[in-house]
Amino acid sequence: MNNGNSSGKLVFINGPVVKAENAEALKMREMVLVGNKKLIGEVVSIESDKATLQIYEETSGLKWGDEVVSTGKPLSVKLGPGILSNIFDGIERPLEHIYETGSAFIPEGIGLISIDLNKLWDIHLTVNVGDYIEEGSVYATVQETSLILHKLMVPPKMSGKVTFVEKDGKYNIEHTVVKILDKEEEEVELSLYQEWPIRTPRPVKQKRAIEKPLITGQRVIDTFFPLAKGGTAAIPGGFGTGKTITQHQLAKWSDADIIVYIGCGERGNEMTEVLEDFPKIIDPKSQKSLMQRTVLLANTSNMPVAAREASIYTGITIAEYYRDMGYHIAIMADSTSRWAEALRELSGRLEEMPAEEGYPAYLPSRLAQFYERAAYVETLSGTEGSITIIGAVSPAGGDFSEPVTQNTKRVVSTFLALDKSLAYSRHYPAINWHNSYSGYVTVLKEWYDENISENMMELRAKILRILQEERKLLEIVKLVGEDILPDDQRLILEISKVIKVGYLQQNAYHKDDANVSLNKQYKMLTVIDSLYEAANECIRAGAPISKVKNEDIFYKVITMKYTVSEENLELLDELIKEIYEYYISLGKMYRKGGAQNETEISKIR
Amino acid sequence: MKLKYLKLDRIDGPLIVLSGVKDASYDEMVDIEVAGKEHKKGRVVQINKDKVVIQVFQGTSGISLGNSSVAFSGGPMRIPLSMEVLGRVFNGMGEPVDGAGFYAENKYDIGGRPINPVGRKYPRDYIQTGISSIDGLTTLIRGQKLPIFSGDGLPHNEVAAQIVKQAKISGDAAANFAIVFAAMGIKHDEAEYFKRQFELSGVLNKVVMYINLADDPIVERITTPRCALTAAEYLAFEHDMHILVIMTNMTSYAEALREISSAREEVPSRKGYPGYLYSDLASLYERAGIIKNSKGSITQIPILTMPNDDITHPVPDLTGFITEGQVILSRDLFQKNIYPPVNILPSLSRLMKDGIGEGYTREDHPDIANQVFSAYTHVQEIRALAQVIGEEDISDLDKKYLEFGKQFESKLLNQSFESNRNIEDTLNIMWEILGAIPKGELTRIDPGLIEKYYVG
Repeated sequence: MNNGNSSGKLVFINGPVVKAENAEALKMREMVLVGNKKLIGEVVSIESDKATLQIYEETSGLKWGDEVVSTGKPLSVKLGPGILSNIFDGIERPLEHIYETGSAFIPEGIGLISIDLNKLWDIHLTVNVGDYIEEGSVYATVQETSLILHKLMVPPKMSGKVTFVEKDGKYNIEHTVVKILDKEEEEVELSLYQEWPIRTPRPVKQKRAIEKPLITGQRVIDTFFPLAKGGTAAIPGGFGTGKTITQHQLAKWSDADIIVYIGCGERGNEMTEVLEDFPKIIDPKSQKSLMQRTVLLANTSNMPVAAREASIYTGITIAEYYRDMGYHIAIMADSTSRWAEALRELSGRLEEMPAEEGYPAYLPSRLAQFYERAAYVETLSGTEGSITIIGAVSPAGGDFSEPVTQNTKRVVSTFLALDKSLAYSRHYPAINWHNSYSGYVTVLKEWYDENISENMMELRAKILRILQEERKLLEIVKLVGEDILPDDQRLILEISKVIKVGYLQQNAYHKDDANVSLNKQYKMLTVIDSLYEAANECIRAGAPISKVKNEDIFYKVITMKYTVSEENLELLDELIKEIYEYYISLGKMYRKGGAQNETEISKIR
Repeated sequence: MKLKYLKLDRIDGPLIVLSGVKDASYDEMVDIEVAGKEHKKGRVVQINKDKVVIQVFQGTSGISLGNSSVAFSGGPMRIPLSMEVLGRVFNGMGEPVDGAGFYAENKYDIGGRPINPVGRKYPRDYIQTGISSIDGLTTLIRGQKLPIFSGDGLPHNEVAAQIVKQAKISGDAAANFAIVFAAMGIKHDEAEYFKRQFELSGVLNKVVMYINLADDPIVERITTPRCALTAAEYLAFEHDMHILVIMTNMTSYAEALREISSAREEVPSRKGYPGYLYSDLASLYERAGIIKNSKGSITQIPILTMPNDDITHPVPDLTGFITEGQVILSRDLFQKNIYPPVNILPSLSRLMKDGIGEGYTREDHPDIANQVFSAYTHVQEIRALAQVIGEEDISDLDKKYLEFGKQFESKLLNQSFESNRNIEDTLNIMWEILGAIPKGELTRIDPGLIEKYYVG
């Protein structure tokens, strides 16, 4: 290993891509330090004695002949306590710390800093001298935040007999707490952290089948296009369609144990919003701040492009580390298109042959490799954990036929298509129910049957059918107007309106509507279904749509999302009763005498 | 004294190449002396061993392989700044062009550093522009970047001038208000128009102008917004001022970038624009904001014309992904003689949600804005229908919506260049026009607010 010695000199500089000569000692994908400011870089190609490097910081000021210093290891991140409720840049440098030591602007050459080395952690050791421990075994625990117990695990491919155990107490992360004698009879020291190269997936015992939903509290997702723990999802949408807000909602309300939020090439103010908002939001289950289970990676659009490319891998590596402890992680990557553009930009600077729309030919395989790191697994220590990846996609011009959307579509199972026209009418979340799909509906049916109700999935299918029918009818309405349609079809239109306004639209800023339990979702579905069935019965009995569409009842159904809180869901049963009472009496009138009974009918309500 | 290099290898468009250079650093500024008299500036854009590619600012005409000498300055481009910049006019390289000289002790690197997200303060205070469509429906927030997407021939300059004239921020901050104006590739008469408007509204001594006209060198077009934003950062973060930056025209800027990229023989991506267009635009737009250790703020209103009114063109498209919303002008409305012709449906202010409502504008603002958006969307559907089946045959409710649509355009959108409406007036007009449709249709508004404000 070459520690700190010069391993080459710069000969070519063009933006974030530079080349070094006399660089035989450098290895592919190795991390290097460049120039006087010790800018961080990575080796991306080697040709005879020349190495091409991508630099994770601004290259302004580099010169011909500047030294390239090898670090001997691939681009890695430190994994240990201190990650949660923190904010890092794309290569795990702590932004909070950088802010405290300097100004509000990010300087270059801040070096390889990572999680806090000085902070003392209250460690509880869980092994004894003489124990045999192997990869994945937990040797100590520490309460990292009030929500998460951090388990220190033996790194992969390591095992042996414990020869030394430190007493419980407060230590910083570099302190050796356990020593083991491995197979080669060599002593290995274990501290509170391990390092892992970001481009290599961490090993697991085995991948399991997907069978549990990731509950998000968002009706259009949980009911119609469910996500699964260990699954993958993409949220594509042009600008202004609400990708980021949807991602924020998922980060706030999904029932994952830990959230890794990657702001990849997005707006600085959005990250600031998360930083200001999340600590204030209290998780309904634990009564603790959401920031306690969240880690943020921010590489905003004006931060160096190479670090943007790396941020996705840094994020997933952190997620895998916590998964190995037996937690369920949800990763929000906002946005994978910016990541793909970083690939394109770097590829252009490397003068590689471009494929579709200037993207490099390896775009599809890189995307697939990334999404493949999501899974429901049995960890090395035998516990269960999962990683769910939810990637936002920002297609150019909102056109879903572009390469990033298309290649993402091939590897994800849930596709939540955001729609411009819905967003224009401020229908949020603007998830289009015709273009979206979830590949998990069948595998999750069993779970819904057991945990919510046997007919939840049937109701889902029925409501989707109504919406489908509405789409066809709207085509006709566009040509001839609504009045021509028979009453049963007009009822479909009215009920669809109720579904759209009263169910699919969800107000992220309303206290009773931002997050909705599956039970309330199911009950709301039954209310809408009852309204449809009862009203349809009346229409069959001959009642005109003007009578069937009772303003009062429809208004109550539409506003039930606001008026009925989680604590008094029985109000929804009462609403169903009220619906049936009204429509049964209405139906009776018409069955008895039809239009002759008009005066009597007008007395109802 | 630094070494001077006397022999060039190649001249190609805005680029010159010379070899045998020992100590050049990437992004360094150089001084090129042409034929012993004229001085041009340039910037190192590529280093390949001793071979250096330099981008020349004032254009390469007049340079031959043998008549010039190149001196390296030792650092990136810096411009001098002091409080005296207010009221002055500069070119795209930060040199005064209004006849007087300019000197300041401190010089600032125009590259700027990215703001640490931890060091930012989330923008929450709104700016009243006096234009109803903006204040009511796409509210501008202090520290926001809100571009105007326009088309050739549409009155974007008027809208921008009206904003500058009327922009009002609350409280004592008002005195600390200044404007930085960056003109990139605009015509001479457009620049004159802005100057005259600044003069008429009496803000000329609070304006800093960086001007690169359509016939000025394109390489300077790249540095124009950077000089302007550096001045804005200086005023905002060192002198606690509230700065409104108007940047026009971003499409010309992007085209200049493409021209240079193509001269450098880079691999093009969409429509020939370089692959780094997104990162490059972001390095400008992301310089808007508020930072924690300063009282000042930078609000950006970039103006761009969409080629062929196409919003999916790379420039508006990538801009929309970086900025916090967009105000879109529509040719249809313009032809209907409505000023300002803001098409509110695709327009959006992302920061609006946190800067309006109780404690900011008025309690009913979020709900009513939502309702107006949703009702006006419905109006579009009915108009399409009415075109097919005729206005007589649509339902009574639909007719009421059409009436709402008419009033929306004539009463709310339409206002004169002189009219300056406060937020109360704007919200009241919104209630007035919603009176055209029945109460039961107002599903987006809290019933309590309807009770309080509805005028039917």
